[in-house]
Amino acid sequence: MSHLIPQFDPAELLWWVFASLAVGGGIGMITRKNPIASLLFLVLSFFSLAAIYVLLQAHFIAAIQIIVYAGAIMVLFLFVIMLLNLGHDYQSDLRGGLWIIWGFTLAGIIGFVLTRIFAVGDAAVTGRGGIVIDQSVRELNAVGAIADPLFREFLIPFELTSILLLVAIIGAVLLAKRRV
Amino acid sequence: MVELSLVLSAILFSIGIAGVVVRRNAIILFMCIELMLNAANLAFVAFSRMVGIEGQVFVFFVMTVAAAEAAVGLAIVISIFRHTETVDMKNFNLLRW
Repeated sequence: MSHLIPQFDPAELLWWVFASLAVGGGIGMITRKNPIASLLFLVLSFFSLAAIYVLLQAHFIAAIQIIVYAGAIMVLFLFVIMLLNLGHDYQSDLRGGLWIIWGFTLAGIIGFVLTRIFAVGDAAVTGRGGIVIDQSVRELNAVGAIADPLFREFLIPFELTSILLLVAIIGAVLLAKRRV
Repeated sequence: MVELSLVLSAILFSIGIAGVVVRRNAIILFMCIELMLNAANLAFVAFSRMVGIEGQVFVFFVMTVAAAEAAVGLAIVISIFRHTETVDMKNFNLLRW
């Protein structure tokens, strides 16, 4: 009798819930006229992505996603929208008919090609990295498992990242200043 | 779930492309670019289930680039807004051929 009941995996069900929330948030973002509504849909999409990272056993990335993306970067966008007083501007900014057809055709082609490239799932490859990650997380905890390669193999890219942030800070201050 | 996450990242990336082409509001364009970067992050995390922890390390670098891009891009939007009093892309033709 039990073989008649399909195998039910709660993680799979949660994955579908959060994946549809992420896609719904993305579609809501590109269709809302109000920029603030758009931004809140994008935050919904980011939170769902954080939940999907948890389901993929990337717990630290999920925390960073909520703190940095949904917290810091989205608040920066919200600040700019409110600073420029765009929140009550409800006139549509959609492009004309040909642009919409062109946009969705391009998106469809690229989405189809990416799906075909990604869908070559090799069962032998799948899971091997997962085993390595799970063992590393057991030994070093969730943060240490990422910090260990970050400060050994990727030390120079990590330090270059700080130069990138310095350039971005100087650029942002210089551009947003009134008089140079 | 890993292959499905890769398909989800392709779908989110194409939603971002559709948004960039269809909308004219510069701030919403930046949001679409953030969504595309997030799709790339999701692909990195999904691939890290196949090949190892390096995928999750790369998500860090992508997030740094996203933060720098948001800061500089929004500063450009603010400085253009001072001149044109709008964030509509049809008025941003300073560097157009």
